[in-house]
Order: sequence, then structure tokens, then C-alpha cells
Amino acid sequence: MTTIPELGLRESATFDRATIADIQRAAATGVYDIRGWGAKRHVPHFDDLLFLGASMSRYPLEGYREKCDTDVVLGDRYAAEPLHLRIPVTIAGMSFGALSANAKEALGRGASEVGTSTTTGDGGMTPEERGQSKHLVYQYLPSRYGMNPDDLRQADAIEIVLGQGAKPGGGGMLLGQKITERVAGMRTLPVGIDQRSASRHPDWTGPDDLEIKIGELRELTDWKKPIYVKVGASRPYYDTALAVKSGADVVVLDGMQGGTAATQQVFIENVGIPTLAAIPQAVQALQELGMHRKVQLIVSGGIRTGADVAKAMALGADAVAIGTAALIALGDNDPRYSAEYAALGSAAGFYDDFQDGRDPAGITTQDPELAARLDPVEGGRRLANYLRVLTMEAQTIARACGKSHLHNLEPEDLVALTIESAAMARVPLAGTSWIPGAM
Amino acid sequence: MCGIAALQLRNPSLHPEMGRLLSSMMCQIVDRGPDSAGLAVYNTPGLVSAGTSTFSLLGKDQGMVPEAIEASLGELLPSTANALVRALGDTTLVTAAVGTGLLAKAITETLPTATIIGRGEHVAVMKGVGHPMQIAADHGLESMAGTQGLSHTRMATESAVTAGGSHPFSVADDLCLVHNGSFSNHATIRRELKRQGVVFDSDNDTEVGARYVASRLQQGDDLETALTNLGKVFDGFYTLVVTTADSLAVVRDPIACKPAIIAESDDYVAMASEYRALASLPGIETARIFEPEPGKVYTWSL
Amino acid sequence: MVTLTADTSTVTDLSTSTVRELNQSLHSAADGQSWTIENPGGKHSLAVGIDADITVTLNGHAGYYAAGMHQKGDVTINGNAGVGLAENIMSGRVHVKGDASQSAAATGHGGLVVIDGNAGARCGISMKGVDIVVGGNIGHMSAFMAQAGRLVVCGDAGEALGDSIYEARIYVKGTVASLGADCIEKPMKPEHLDELAGLLAAAGRDDNPADFTRYGSARNLYHFHVGNSASY
Repeated sequence: MTTIPELGLRESATFDRATIADIQRAAATGVYDIRGWGAKRHVPHFDDLLFLGASMSRYPLEGYREKCDTDVVLGDRYAAEPLHLRIPVTIAGMSFGALSANAKEALGRGASEVGTSTTTGDGGMTPEERGQSKHLVYQYLPSRYGMNPDDLRQADAIEIVLGQGAKPGGGGMLLGQKITERVAGMRTLPVGIDQRSASRHPDWTGPDDLEIKIGELRELTDWKKPIYVKVGASRPYYDTALAVKSGADVVVLDGMQGGTAATQQVFIENVGIPTLAAIPQAVQALQELGMHRKVQLIVSGGIRTGADVAKAMALGADAVAIGTAALIALGDNDPRYSAEYAALGSAAGFYDDFQDGRDPAGITTQDPELAARLDPVEGGRRLANYLRVLTMEAQTIARACGKSHLHNLEPEDLVALTIESAAMARVPLAGTSWIPGAM
Repeated sequence: MCGIAALQLRNPSLHPEMGRLLSSMMCQIVDRGPDSAGLAVYNTPGLVSAGTSTFSLLGKDQGMVPEAIEASLGELLPSTANALVRALGDTTLVTAAVGTGLLAKAITETLPTATIIGRGEHVAVMKGVGHPMQIAADHGLESMAGTQGLSHTRMATESAVTAGGSHPFSVADDLCLVHNGSFSNHATIRRELKRQGVVFDSDNDTEVGARYVASRLQQGDDLETALTNLGKVFDGFYTLVVTTADSLAVVRDPIACKPAIIAESDDYVAMASEYRALASLPGIETARIFEPEPGKVYTWSL
Repeated sequence: MVTLTADTSTVTDLSTSTVRELNQSLHSAADGQSWTIENPGGKHSLAVGIDADITVTLNGHAGYYAAGMHQKGDVTINGNAGVGLAENIMSGRVHVKGDASQSAAATGHGGLVVIDGNAGARCGISMKGVDIVVGGNIGHMSAFMAQAGRLVVCGDAGEALGDSIYEARIYVKGTVASLGADCIEKPMKPEHLDELAGLLAAAGRDDNPADFTRYGSARNLYHFHVGNSASY
């Protein structure tokens, strides 16, 4: 509780100043607040887990000398051409439109430099992105903006998007400021309008029809490309099982901390479940079907460090995807733009108005002058550096746990700091053998 | 999430073909629901007969040999009841020349843990877990005659993959209901029905639909009115097929995303999730083929 | 236009061949070739992703996504088509002699889809440039979020026609059960009569363009506005 004792003032925990500002904004405008980023509220997260490093009962690997592999194969269940990635950290789907062409190119460059994949978004594939991405995953979304069979065939994998963690059950949005001539052209929309996207696919609903849709995409690509199914985390146990039954090669699970370019704040903060809570449910579904590690699980939503990568994998993920962190690596919310953030009524580290298209860092914008601030080569280098750090950090932890491959991390390598995180992650509270809620 | 195939035969000369035709339809909807399956057949000679009640129990093994069940039922029922207990595939069929209410009591007393999956004078219901065509074969569907039949293949969404969770749900005399889709407010309706004293067998959302329809019919609704009322109460996505002793009904939710296609001719009314299930029906070339309108209740009576 | 004789046509019988074999051969086809498909039996994903200027005739009914993502050439279905007929069609022509199920020509970017019979719900949903001519009626929520292209309905239209429509144009000869949010009746100017005449002719129909009414976007939902909150 915030107080100012010398003035005898006490801030309400229920009606804090941010809440008061929200009510005042709603009363002034009559429209809900739309913003970018993901959930900002505190939720149990990977920070609440700790690894049990090896000592006497288990032996650590020698750091820097003994190998700890990081490669991952995605999509070898049915696809003739699965993805072979050098590291298990991929770049999540973000659209050209939400991001500038330079930002998309930088993501492709950075990911390719370290041998991982990047992903298109709601708005189609740009030549820059395809050209600079060694492994490019093509998102197949309800809106089908810019969707065409040539791009599906030249993608390295197809990700059927049912939802994202920031808004499971919600459709896309892109406000008029970002619908420039090029974006509008790619999406077949009038320039400058506020784009509303569908929340449900136009030609299928439910797993029985999804199975037929996956069949169509496989026929189109002659059974070569892996088919991912991406869901926002809300009922991951069922959704994962149904994705597997529908014939997916890979399940992508995005927790509520996952980012968005533009969504109603009420949606971001109140719908979906934390990444930490989602993974064990999805893994349980895969294990019960005998499909764990056969249908790969990619987890996203709040991955920031190599420790997060290692923890997600220990809980059963095959790989992770980063979005918000990748944008920060490119230069989003950089303090060098402090003055400009202030002019927008924000501050470095707080800026979330990705929908406005006025991003001083030139990333979440279609303004040519702002976009020119991001050099795609330099941005790609920064991203590659960051991805290398994530990988080395994860390896450091894995070696300490005696693992010669990141995939050999397991839930038994983890303990939890809080009862909540122990219950959600299904690992024991540190120093005990107690897993709350376990049978 | 599921596949549905239903057939009502208007031309009596097709009655001997009922099982073969339904089996050929069902074969085409297996991909939509490979987990488990269920069947309901009406007026099938050898399974049901006029003047007797037939109960379908889940599982062929009820923990007692059929003779012992018959003996126990014999003690509980009038001497003219002639209780007969048979295994049919993985289903136990119990018949007796008494009313369904009396036979239900006697079965529950004899086999307190048995799950009743079908009841009435006209219907036999069969369910199982596994490949739908294997389930159909185990029960001998191909050779069954009858007036109408209903089959369902299931891809479970939120409730368990069990035989008990398979459709059809048959919760009142000769009434069967199958569902493709997912109700979004079934828990609330379940609570209300429970408060009214309705007892449930499973955690399945479709059972709530079946219990609701049964409850409306009991309150005096005809089938069409009951389904119209269902549309006012249930939210979510659904294509439903409901059968009674002599009727077949189809209804879809107002958004109507889950597929349904109907073929109607002088010989039959057939409904399926996909056209391919209708493709091999006799005279399909000249049948009237259409998709049911959203939110509209269709009924056909023999 | 090259006229192909019957003996140059490859016949694929789906009672003996698989859908995979069919599509693989269609994907390897060269311009000018012709295919006849027998016994389609309502199977799914037939003739998906054709990318050559070929002529394909399906004798019978098709399942979901027939001629899906069609890019070139001519597909004729002598029967009914299932869900998602010619979904996301890019160009070329797809002609169904019978009825089409829901979401016909969904998200189509170009080309022409002709349905002689009725089309189900969501016909032309999110269409992005495709032209659709339906001889019969169309179901509810057709042309939902339609972005570009033309939808011609010679029969009646179901509820909520053109809800949240962008720049697509709709022509209906019969009745409209109801218009969706932001979809309004618009005047038929000479250019619209010309456009419609061209579409009807392309579909091989002789309906009189003057009998049709045009519908399109009121463009009130193009920018979020407090006054429109009931429409979101």
C-alpha cells in the first residue's frame, strides 16, 4: 500500500492510481483501452522455480568442455521436411503491419544467424522476411490476410493459429495509424481504417473440422511441411490433446504473458492462464497420448532468460518462442529514446502503445522515418547475440544438472519457491516433497 | 467433436437393409471421431419387440452371469415378465414383458452399479471405446433390420473418453440424442436440472442436452417444442439429432458452424455430418439434399 | 482457347486411386492438360492447390475444401460441394453445378466461383477479391467482413448479409432476410449494371441485371467510435 504519511494520505489498494486513471480515461473516451505488450499483472512465473544443481547424488558436466547439445527437430510426426533448428529458442509470430519491414527483416537475420526459426503474423509474408529467414514459419490465421498458396509452399512450416496467450478467444486488431498503403495492400483493406480481424477461422470450427483443414494444407504442400497448431493458454490439456488428435505435428502454447500488438487491456489482463500453469497440463495430455517429444511442444509467453528456457524445457517443452523479449533485443523501450517516450506520455520500460504506430525505436511502426531508425543488420546482430546468451545460459544450467542435452532436463530438476508455483508447475515446494494438489 | 449419421426408413422394403445402410454411412464419419462410438437402432427384430421393454446396459459383463440376472429379475417381476438377458457386443440387453418403470427398478436392484444406456419398447443402444467400425462389427450392426438408426463417432473435447461418455444419450423411453459441437453453458443447466432432481450418469455436456429434452418432453412438450426450448436455453455450438420411437429431429445452433447435411426421398430421411456419408445410399442421385437452416427444428415422423 | 478432346483427358477413378495420388498428379500437371475425376464420393481436399492452366471435371459430389486455394485453370464439379469450396481461391474458375455447403469461396483473393444451386452459410466470408455468382440462395452471415470482390446472388440471401463489410460489392436479385451491421442498400448506377452484366455473362447466366439490388458498406465501422459500440 502506498502512503504519504507526512500528508496523512493512503492510496486505495482496490482503487489505486492506475485504476483511477483507467476509469477517468474510459469516462472521457467511451472506448475501451487498447494497447500492446502482454499481461502486466504479477502472476506465478518461472522466477518462482529453482533448479537443483548436481553435487553428490548427481554429477555435473564440465562447463565449456563437455557437450550440452541444444538442437531440436520440429514436425517429424507426418511432415517429410521437418525443421532442424540449432537452438530451441524460436521467434514467435509477429505481423508485418504490427512491426516495420525492417524489424521483420532484423528478426529473420538474427534468427537465421543462430540457426533458429522466425514466424510471420497476421498480414502475410514479406519478401524481406522470407529472404532473410533460413527457417520461416508461416502463420495461417482466421483473417487470412495476404494468405496465398505460393507463400504456404515456400514456408518451412505452417502454423495454424487458433489463438494467442494475450487474448485466447479474441481476434486481431490493427489500428488505422498502421494501415499504410503497403500494409493495406497486403491485407486488401482500405488505407488508414481500423482493421478488425475475425476470432474464428472462416471455414472450420472445432477439432473434427480442423483435422480436415490440416489434411487440405498437407495436400497443398504435398505432405512436406510441418503443421503447427497454436493455442492461447486457457484449457491447454484439452486443446493439446485435440491438436494431436487433429493431426498436428507441433503444438504451440502461448501463455497469458505473451505479447500482442493491439488488444483490449481488459482482455490482456483477464483472459487466459499463466505460462507456468499451462505447460504441465499440455505435457500431461501429450504423455497420456504417448506423444510427448513425438508431437513437439513450443511454449511462449514471458520467456526472458536462459533460465526461463531451461525451466520451460524441464517442464516438458521441446522449444520456446520469444516475442516481446526479441523486440527488446532489437531496441524496443531503449532508454536512449527516453525523451521521446516522455513526449508520448510514457517512459522507457513502460511503453506499450504498439497500436499507435509512433514507436520511437522504429519497431512497432509503419512510419518510414521512425522505421528507418532500426538498421535491420544491426538489429539482427543484437537479436543473435541475445539468442546466443539465452542458449548459453540454458546450457550452463543443464550442465549443472548433469545433462548433455537440453531435452534431458526434467521436472525432477526443479523445485518451487511458493505454494502457488508448486501447484501450477507440479514440482515440490523447495525443501519438501510436497506438490500441492498432487494425487 | 464428432461425426453423426442418422437414417429413418420410410419405405418398409428397406427395413431389412437398415443396419447395412447405417454401417456404410458410419464408415465415412469415423475420421471425425475415432475415440469411441455409439449406435441406436429402432424396431430391430430380435432385439426389441412390441409389448416388452428393452434396456441396454453398458458393458457385456455385469458381474453376474445372465442366468443369475434373469433369476433375480424373475423374483422381482411378475411371473409373466419372462426376463431375458443377453450380451450383444459389449452391451448387455435386458428384455421383459413389463413396463419400463418396473423393469428399471428391478435392474437397479439387481445390478446397482450398472449404467443404463438405452431404454424403451423400440430402441436398443450400443456403445464402446475404440474404432467405431469395430464397435459396429462387434454388435453386428450390418445384419440388423429396423425402422431407423442413429450412429455417432466421437472425438472427446472436455469430458472423458469412456464408453459411458459416448453418444447417443438415451435417458427416457425410446429417446436418443447425439451432438456435434460443444455447449458453453451446460454446467449451469446441469445444476438447475440436478436441483429439480434429475440424476446424471456422466460428465458429458451432451447428456445435459438429453436430460433437458427428456425433462421438457415429460412436461408435455412435443419433440419440436422441446428442441425449440433447448435453443432458448443452451448456448454454444451444436448440431443435434434426436430420435424417438417414430420420429427423427435435427437442429443446429443459430451460428451453425458444425456441419449437417440431409438427404430426403420417398424411401428415407438421412442426416450426416458430411456428404460422403450419404453418397452410397440408394437413390441418392435423386434425393433432395440440403443443409438444415440455423436455429430451425426439423422433424420427420414415420 | 484450346479445345481438348475426350481422349486427351486423364481419368482418375477415386474408387481405386487415393486423393493423395490425384493431387500429386494435378500438382505435376502441365498447362493445357485435362482431368476427369470419377467417383469422388464426397472426399475432402479434392483438386486442392492447382497451379497450372488445366481443366478438371469432377463427376459427383465433393467434400470439404474442393478446389481449395485454386490458382489457375478450370474446375467443374458435376454435383455438390462441401464446406469451404474453393476457399482462398487466387484466380481461375471453379464451377459447381449443384449446391455448395457453408463458407464457399471463403477468403478468396481472385478468380470466379460459380454455384448453380444454393450456397450455405458464410458464402464469401472475408472475401478479398474473388467474384462469386450463386444461381440459387445463400445462407446467413454471407459476405461477413467481405473486403473486396463481388458477390452475385440470383436467389435470396439469408440473415445478416454483409455484416462488417469493407469494400466488397453484393448484388441480390431476390429478398434479403436481413442486412448485417454496416451493410446498406446502394444505388445501381450504370457502371454497376455493366459490372453485374459482365459477371452474369461470365457465369453463363441470362438474368437481367436491372432486377438486382446492390449492397455495400456504409463505412461507419471503419474507425472505432463510441457511437458504434453496439455494432462491435
